[in-house]
Amino acid sequence: MSWNKKVLRVNLTAGTCTPEPLNMEWAMDYLGSRGLGTKYLSEEIDPKVDALSPENKLIMATGPLTGTMASTGGRYTVVTKGPLTGAIACSNSGGFFGAELKFAGWDMIIFEGKSPKPVYLYLENEKAELLDAGHLWGKSTWHTEEAIKAGHQDPQIRVSSIGQAGENAVLYAGVVNDLHRAAGRSGVGAVMGSKNLKAVAVRGTRGVANVRDMTEFLKVTAEKKKVLADNGVTGQGLPKYGTQVLMNVINESGALPTRNSRDVQFEGAGKISAEAMHEKRPTDGKPHLLTNAACFGCTIACGRISQMDQTHFSVVNKPEYWGASGGLEYEAAWSLGAANGVNDLEVLQYANILCNEYGMDPISFGATVGAVMELYEMGVLTKEQIGIEAPFGSAQALAGLVEMTAKSEGFGKEIGQGSKRLCEKFGHPELSMTVKGQEYPAYDPRGIQGMGLTYATSNRGACHVRSYTVASEILGIPIKTDPLVTDGKPGLVMAFQDATGVFDSAGICLFTSFAWGLADIQPQIAAACEGDWSMEKLNLVGERVWNIEKQFNLAAGFTKADDTLPPRLLKEAAKTGPAKGLVNGLDKMLPEYYQIRGWDTEGVPKAETLARLGL
Amino acid sequence: MLITLKLYASLADYLPPGSSNNRAEVAVGEDDSVADILEQFRLPEKWVKLVLINGVYLDPAERQTRRFVAGDHLAIWPPIAGG
Repeated sequence: MSWNKKVLRVNLTAGTCTPEPLNMEWAMDYLGSRGLGTKYLSEEIDPKVDALSPENKLIMATGPLTGTMASTGGRYTVVTKGPLTGAIACSNSGGFFGAELKFAGWDMIIFEGKSPKPVYLYLENEKAELLDAGHLWGKSTWHTEEAIKAGHQDPQIRVSSIGQAGENAVLYAGVVNDLHRAAGRSGVGAVMGSKNLKAVAVRGTRGVANVRDMTEFLKVTAEKKKVLADNGVTGQGLPKYGTQVLMNVINESGALPTRNSRDVQFEGAGKISAEAMHEKRPTDGKPHLLTNAACFGCTIACGRISQMDQTHFSVVNKPEYWGASGGLEYEAAWSLGAANGVNDLEVLQYANILCNEYGMDPISFGATVGAVMELYEMGVLTKEQIGIEAPFGSAQALAGLVEMTAKSEGFGKEIGQGSKRLCEKFGHPELSMTVKGQEYPAYDPRGIQGMGLTYATSNRGACHVRSYTVASEILGIPIKTDPLVTDGKPGLVMAFQDATGVFDSAGICLFTSFAWGLADIQPQIAAACEGDWSMEKLNLVGERVWNIEKQFNLAAGFTKADDTLPPRLLKEAAKTGPAKGLVNGLDKMLPEYYQIRGWDTEGVPKAETLARLGL
Repeated sequence: MLITLKLYASLADYLPPGSSNNRAEVAVGEDDSVADILEQFRLPEKWVKLVLINGVYLDPAERQTRRFVAGDHLAIWPPIAGG
């Protein structure tokens, strides 16, 4: 429905819900979702505020294609200042919540202040009210969704909520919607919890409206869906094998961070891969994977729905986990598995389920466990401190630590602070595999050089979906580049960063980019939205989004010194695989990156760059 | 000589019967190219997207000329991606 041109401002301190018009001048410059939400946040808060204070704000923003017939048009973004990093945080989620928010007639919700008691926001089209959430506080995301639907006697309500992790300020707590989808990274759930906001529940019945040229929109979205269907990746590879198909590719390429990145290849990769999820288990004769699943409007359907082995030690006495559940996706399988040397597919799914249920980011959790296991093997941490023996490879340790962290019990409170704070506290900051305080994901920058620059310059802390150069460096999409060299990577990273800003701000899924370029989404945006949406304009939008995020971070106090990588990646060479003997060549890439960005040698955007972008 | 052939995702169906863990030890001749092996195992050209030898990408243009040394790992995927 393009834009509804309507924002809901919720003052949690005063308990008020006030509609206001969407700033269309900003929408013309930032499109929606990630970009427009960041513009609002930048205008409304001091970047130096404490992320968990009432002075921080939290924005849930849809894009102009959210809720439309465009394939994958179901996404929304949670934008805030992140507690894990102190940087801009914007975390994107699929499922059905974003589209429902659009159907209720809203583009964006801005939460400000702090409620004196737990509340949830209930939206029924234009009706908006804050309701008591005392009975929901302490409940998981799953039980919260169930209780809200039952309370309103409406199973079609869509719910986005925090679990106990968000309530307890786990610094990488996420916001979970539709049971298995999450705005997972950077601790946006901890911000929600700090405001005593338990959930947002939406029922929208407005349907689709306000598309600029409906005939053209239906024609072009149908054409572009065919492009996705005819593409080997989006039409066949992702639906059948999901993201998990990467496990063996990245391992074979020597770029799978293993045992807190001491190694770049994991001997157990095959046992936790997409292929393993299809194999029948010896215990019960059933495969781990049940089926695939799709978010709203998605014609790819990469999601995984699995069922655990009921006899596995982690769930043998917990029948509540015997049913079908979301996962495993590649990033979670890596962070819970290879990052810790654990090759037990069942325990990875158990840990993944708890991350969904209690509402926390499996990437940051798993990577922090990797640091704990290394500190344990070094003798810095003991069984007595942790409460459990925690060597690399221990499935029992992973199961125990996920329970402790999800419930903020015992040593789980330390793990809930993330690896940067944990490693600093125990005297080994060099063992934290983070950038700007956020754990990096499933690609080792010694084996995929461009990902080093991606992590170092990512505005929300280390992240793969800000500039997924893996597509080019490993998979050959759209063109193959050599993962072992630094030449050409600054331009590649910048191109991916800017294009991703457009995909995210439009309200569609980044996975369409395996088949679509900007030239494929441009006619969809142009048919849906009023205004000029040429390719040139969209390229500027992407660059503008990246630069406004950078400006936020600079104002928050970040400097060039923060655009770096953990020392392990810069000093300890890969031991095996194609990258054997290599470290990441960040020093060769960063100066050129600053230069082509139009930034000075300290990584600060030049005046002419800001003027060109209208910043 | 023997090499290790690894076929992943939907290509696993083309491994010799009895193979496990997506791999098989196969005998190749000194003059066999990568393209010869693809043909020998009847791998559909359309679905051979990503070819790695010992983890290093092999350009499609080199499939006709690239020969093996004993112990090589030849790994092949159809079009795939993730994130």
